[in-house]
Parts: sequence; structure tokens; C-alpha cells
Amino acid sequence: MVIEVENLSKVFGDFKAVNQISFEVGKGEIFGFLGANGAGKTTAMKMLIGISSPSSGKATVAGFDVYKNAEDIKKNIGYMSQKFALYDDLTIKENITFFGGIYGLSRSRIKEKSELLINELGLQDVAKELVGSLPLGWKQKLSFSVALLHEPKIIFLDEPTGGVDPITRRQFWELIYKAANKGITVFVTTHYMDEAEYCDRVSIMVDGKIEALDTPKKLKEQFNVDSMNDVFLKLARG
Amino acid sequence: MSIEVKHISKSFKDVNALKDISFSVKEGELFGIIGPDGAGKTTLFRILTTLLIADSGSASVSNFDVVNNYKDIRKSVGYMPGKFSLYQDLTVAENLEFFATIFGTTIEENYELIKDIYVQIEPFKNRKAGDLSGGMKQKLALSCALIHKPEVLFLDEPTTGVDPVSRKEFWEMLKRLQQKGITILVSTPYMDEAALCDRIALIQDGEILEIESPEAIVLKYPKKIYDVGASEMYLLIESLKEYTHSYSVYPFGEFVHYSDKRESFDPKELQDFLESKGLKEITIAATKATIEDTFMELAK
Amino acid sequence: MKRFIGFVKKEFYHIFRDKRSLFILFGMPIAQIMLFGFAITNEINNVDIAILDKSQDATTEEIINKISASNYFSIQQYLKNESEIEPIFQKGKVKAVLVFENDFSKKLTTESNATVQIIADATDPNTANTISNFTSSILQKYQQEINQELKIPYRIIPETRMVYNQELKSVFMFVPGVMTIILMLVSAMMTSISVTKEKEMGTMEILLVSPLKPYLVIIGKVVPYILLSVINAVVIILMSIFIFKMPVQGSFLLLGLESILFIISSLALGILISTISETQQTAMMISLMGLMLPVILLSGFIFPVASMPMPLQVISNVIPAKWFIIIIKGIMLKGVGLAFVWKETLILLGMTVFFMALSVKKYKIRLE
Repeated sequence: MVIEVENLSKVFGDFKAVNQISFEVGKGEIFGFLGANGAGKTTAMKMLIGISSPSSGKATVAGFDVYKNAEDIKKNIGYMSQKFALYDDLTIKENITFFGGIYGLSRSRIKEKSELLINELGLQDVAKELVGSLPLGWKQKLSFSVALLHEPKIIFLDEPTGGVDPITRRQFWELIYKAANKGITVFVTTHYMDEAEYCDRVSIMVDGKIEALDTPKKLKEQFNVDSMNDVFLKLARG
Repeated sequence: MSIEVKHISKSFKDVNALKDISFSVKEGELFGIIGPDGAGKTTLFRILTTLLIADSGSASVSNFDVVNNYKDIRKSVGYMPGKFSLYQDLTVAENLEFFATIFGTTIEENYELIKDIYVQIEPFKNRKAGDLSGGMKQKLALSCALIHKPEVLFLDEPTTGVDPVSRKEFWEMLKRLQQKGITILVSTPYMDEAALCDRIALIQDGEILEIESPEAIVLKYPKKIYDVGASEMYLLIESLKEYTHSYSVYPFGEFVHYSDKRESFDPKELQDFLESKGLKEITIAATKATIEDTFMELAK
Repeated sequence: MKRFIGFVKKEFYHIFRDKRSLFILFGMPIAQIMLFGFAITNEINNVDIAILDKSQDATTEEIINKISASNYFSIQQYLKNESEIEPIFQKGKVKAVLVFENDFSKKLTTESNATVQIIADATDPNTANTISNFTSSILQKYQQEINQELKIPYRIIPETRMVYNQELKSVFMFVPGVMTIILMLVSAMMTSISVTKEKEMGTMEILLVSPLKPYLVIIGKVVPYILLSVINAVVIILMSIFIFKMPVQGSFLLLGLESILFIISSLALGILISTISETQQTAMMISLMGLMLPVILLSGFIFPVASMPMPLQVISNVIPAKWFIIIIKGIMLKGVGLAFVWKETLILLGMTVFFMALSVKKYKIRLE
């Protein structure tokens, strides 16, 4: 298992932001981590990526303990969020070089990787243009690829495709499938239920607890509805 | 006509935000502008709410011209911008009172109209607006936009960043407001919300792709669509794209929406092809086109 | 009118709920006045001086003895000629040099008057001023002593010369400057920030799409800050009077009216800044760099206008603060009335009207 979580909790004062959650995610799996705003998703994810220490419980990510080896975790994961991804005032190449440098890639490795990446996304013509001038969809695909630059075992995606046009969104999901196919585990946090439909398995958090965990198909059968959106509505309304 | 838009174009520096847009909204209609971020939705809303002036074309709201009679429009419309735009350091009650005052009315005078919505946030009326949850903020913003009993309501991406439960409640509220005779123009990037409108305009890159009722718009899709499923998603997508007769291949949740170039399509043939690629648990079943399918087809 | 009152009420909610700004608003003037006030004291003791005695006679010796006998001064060095004065100041060894003219005694007896030149280093203006006062009073005392037996009184004329900072400044001089800066800051920066905040939060969009008239938005933004600035002005004046015993010579009414005029001109500038900046950060930067710096550097608050290079002197004329400082210095320190500052007042009034007209014209009724 690439991610193992057992009774993990985070308490702020007497508020239980994350309340004894347990789950496992396998290699190459696309795992959807769903919940409404304020349900505790972000807090839980921060513990998994090693920037917040849990109050109690156990968790290992890529084989490293979240309490003791937070730094090792950071080296072995990639992270992409819709809010912050790339620097708008740097060019595509500069962004790639910068993020490659952060993860300690050698100069020649960065050069090789960035050429590969730019060709793969078909960005040859705009490689020297500022990222800020790119359409949103391209930015997202680019930042996803940049997050994979150092070949992490797991990639964490925070609401990756909100507001993108349907075609670009599907191109984005194809990138995700491709990464998963290579054995990279994909951990998606989102409150957009249509993104959930694409995941292999999803968990739904309500008020700090995981209230449902299964494949989208089985969840829909279990709640006898047509979409993950309805699953969520049924769960949240009790 | 409650809203009349004729050949509106608008550009910023080197970006053409809107290109020759025309449509009209009937009185009491719930009209949706559906498109992704950057399609020009907000620019369109700002032109109609008199905040921007179009480069060319004309538009009217409640029969007032958006340029010449902007003062009349400002008196008679309600507007909820995309970003949460209330005073975060004022309480719920203070915000509502403030907006009532600047529109020259009182909460009591139009309480009937907002009652349904406001009762849900009334228990928190002494809480600062900045401390409310996303769904609550949105209800407060809607109450504030309604407090002067507008004839036309402009809602720019009201459900962005809001959880599914609040989204559903929000659309139910819109339906009730519509019954009270208010014309509503609403924009959203979520295709699934389009189905709740009377009519929708699909918009991308500043151009309207189609205007229709949600039921009619899916009929515009020219092909038969099949749900194709298999054990390995990535391989399935790659294989379908390789298939010589494929017209379109788009992942749709656990399935892939597939349409074929040919008039007569034999699922068996595709099944054999996919099996030859080493895929297992293959399913192929006819399905209905969705608004997203139509959008992607039109946007191609 | 109800709309307007509603708007002003909202502004006060903003102001009173933002504890940090409120603290800056009222804490800053108090801190500034205290800082300027207490950093400058009026006491001197054992100040190092040098003496250049050109006549070296009995009278000068007696005077020098009196000076060195007082606890105020300690004579560090006797100079031989004038060329030694400059270097000794530059080394910073002494704060003042006393120069007795040639044939001091003889002049005193034959011409009835003789001159002592007091050259003081005015980089520390307050000390320089005090040194000059103390020396003069020692000379005066000595003069009284010798005049008792004489029919025609002898006069020793102290001639004070300040070097490095001719225009003496002390705590009294700082009060008008500090008051100007505070009023400028509160009025211009706070209003520009509060307007741009509405832009940033997106609330400006809603205000625009409402029947609220644009000029009401401007006035509504300005009114609360007029009140706050007036309170600040009153606090500063009261502190100067009661803590630093500064006499206000002129009319309080005139002072108040002139202050309000200056506040309004700063508010108009604040609104103007808000029309050209989109974010609170820009507004703050423009207020600080565009208003504060020129006020501090060019208004004559710290560096006397007269000693600036010509181009800067010309530029200083377009700074409202310069005129306001002249006006309030006149009223506070010299006790003059409107008859003496009407010209400056007129200039300030003209600037205010100009800025107001410009900001109303620039204020957008739409988003672009």
C-alpha cells in the first residue's frame, strides 16, 4: 500500500477537524477524497503531505511515517493545486527549471526532462512565453506535468479541474490516467462531484469523518442513484 | 423582452472577450449562460449591469439601454458578482440593512421576497459575513441582491466553490424566485446545472455556440453515443482513439463516451477490436447525449 | 439623505472594527509627538565649547572666567585664529565657539559696545539654541555688573551665528510638521485604502450597480475621515500645549478652519489616488512614496526650503503641505491672523478645489 491511514485525527481546541479516519490507497490507484468545504479534507491532506502534524493515529505515505519522516515524504510526492500552480511571470521553461531545481534535479536532467515535457504537451512554440499568457487549460496540464517532474510515487491534486472547459478537462483526466498507468498513485481532493466519477475509488468526508468509501459504481448502487452528486446529497442530508 | 442583446463585441488589449453576441431573454425566464472560465461570461454580465461599455453592438435590460439609461437599470436590477462581494467585517443583518438603505428601501418592506432565503441565515444574523460558510455567504448575497425587489436578477457564477447540497438548495431558490415573476440570468461553468434552466446559451471563447432549451440542445448532437467500459481506463481510451472508425472519444466518469463515424455501427466489431488490445470486462451500451457532449461537439 | 447616512454608518463600522488601523490612527500621532518632543530637551550641562579671543584683555578674561565658572560649559580649547573654527566643528569636538573681537576692552570703553560672536553647531538645533541663550544671559549678567557704576551704559552685543542649520528647529517647530504629516497620512492614505478595499473585495461593483450616486460614495467615504482627522488635530494641539507647554499664539478658530481646509485637500488627494490604483497595496505605496516623502523632504518640515537647490524649491511649491506648514507655524508660533496668511490660504484653497474637481472627474461610474 502506498498510503496507509489508521484512526488519524487532528484536533483544534475542542474542534475535531479530522476524526479518526482510516483508509488505504494502492499503487497506481486514482483515489478521490471528497467532502464539502469545511468537512476536513484539506486538514487531512495537509497531514498526509507532511506539512501538518496529526493529533493522534497512524499514517504512512510512500512508506514514510508522517510524524518522523515528513521530509522524506515531501521528496516522494508531487502536489498541484488550482489556487497555486506555476509562476505567471516566468516563462514555461523558467518554471520547469525552477521546480526541477527545488526537487534537486541535476542541470542536465532538468534540460532533458523539460524538453520531453514540452514536446509531450505540444508547447514547443510557446516555451519561451510567460505562463500568465497561456489559457487556463494549458496551465493546468503544464502544472500537472511539472508536479511529476521529479517522478514522485504519489501526486496530490487539490480541486484540479474546476471551471475548465469540458474538452480540456478530459485531456487533463487522460494525463491522470496515463500517470496512474505508469504506477503513480493519484490522490484527488475535490468538492466537485463530477470529478469523483473518474476516480477508481472515492471516500466522502462529512464533518471530519469518512462516511462512505468505495468505487463510484458501488456507491451509486448502494444509494440507488445515478450520479456521485446524488450520492453526496443523500449522505449529507442524512 | 426583458433582456435584449444585439451584436455585442468587447475586447481587452489583445483579447477578444466577446465576439458578436446576440440573444434575448423573455420576461420571467430563467436563462443560463453556460461556459468554462474565460469564455466571456463575466464580461457579458458587466456590460448588461452597466459596469462596462461594449465596443460595438447594443443591449437593453427592462427596455432601458445599457449605456444611455444606465441609471434606470441600476435602480431596477439585482446583481450578484462572481466573487463573494459583501462586507466581510459587517454582520449578516448589517449587510442586508446597508443594501436596503442604499436602494432606498427597508428590510421590512420587501421581507416577503427574501423570507424563504433569509430565514435560513437569520439564526446567524449577528455573525460577521466573513465567518459564514460558502453556502451561507451565497444565501446572504442573494438576499442582498433581492432586497430592492429587482425586475431582473443577474447572477454571475453563483454556485462556484459551493458544495453540492448548497448548490441544489440554491437552484431550488432560483426556481421559486422565477415563479414570483423575476427574470433571472445566471451563468455557470457546470454543465449539469444547465438542465435546470428554461433556456441556455452555450458560450466558449467569447462566442455563443447554441441557444436552446436543455431538452432540445442534446438533440443537436449528430451521432449515437455509446458508453464503453473496460477494466483498464487508460488502455481503453488509447485503443478507442486508435480505432479507425472512431468519431469522438471522451472519458465520462467510469465510462468512455464513444461515437462512430459510420451510420451503421456494430458494437460486436468494436468489442472484438478492444479484446484484441487485451482489454477485459468490456461493456458497450447505447446512451443519451448530455449537454457536455453537445458542448464539446459544438466547440470542436 | 437616508442613503447617505446609511453609507456613512457603514464606514464607521469598518473603521471601528479594524482594530489595527484604529490603533495606527490614534496611536501614531501620540507616539510621534512624544518621540519628537522628548527626544529634544531644553537642558544643557557641561557642553564643550572653544574660545577664540582676539583681544586677550582684562575684560575678555573676566567674561571667559564667568563662562567657565558656570556649570553649563566646559572650555575645551583656545583657538588662535578663525581658520581653526571650521575644523574643530567638523571633528565634532565642540558644540559652539565664542569669538571675542579685536580690542574688546577698548571698544567697550571708547565706543560703549563690543561684540561676542556665538557660533553654534545647529545640527542639533535645540542644543544650539539653548547654548546661544545661556551664553547671552551670562554676557547680560556681566554687563549689568559693570554698568552699575557707569553713566553711559556699556553694551556687549552677542551675535549668534548658527552653522549647518540656520533655521533653528525645536520641539515647537516640530509640532506643525508632525501635525501636517499625521493629517496627511490619516486623510489621504486611509481614504485611498478604504476605497481600493471596496474595489478589491468586489463590493465596488455592487455599489456601482446601485442607484447610489457616485458623488455620494465619495462624500460618504470622506466624511468619517474628516471627523477622525479633526480629532487627531485636536489631540496633537492639546498634547503640545499641556505636555510640552507650547504656547499657541494665534486664534484657535483660524487654526481649526485652516486644518479642515488642509484635511479636505488631503482627502481629495486620497480619492484621486484611489481612482488610479486597483489594490490596497498600490494605494498605500502611492500614498507613502507620492505624498509622505515629498511632505517630509520638501515641505520645509525637516530641511529648510531656502537651503534647497533651486529646482527642488520650485517643486516644493506644488506641495500643499508646504503652505499648510507656513500657515500653522504663523498661527501657532507667531500668532498672526488671516491678514498675514491669506495668500497661503488662498493657494491651499485653490489646490483643494483643483484636487477635488480632478478626483470627481476621474472617479469612474463604470469599471473602466
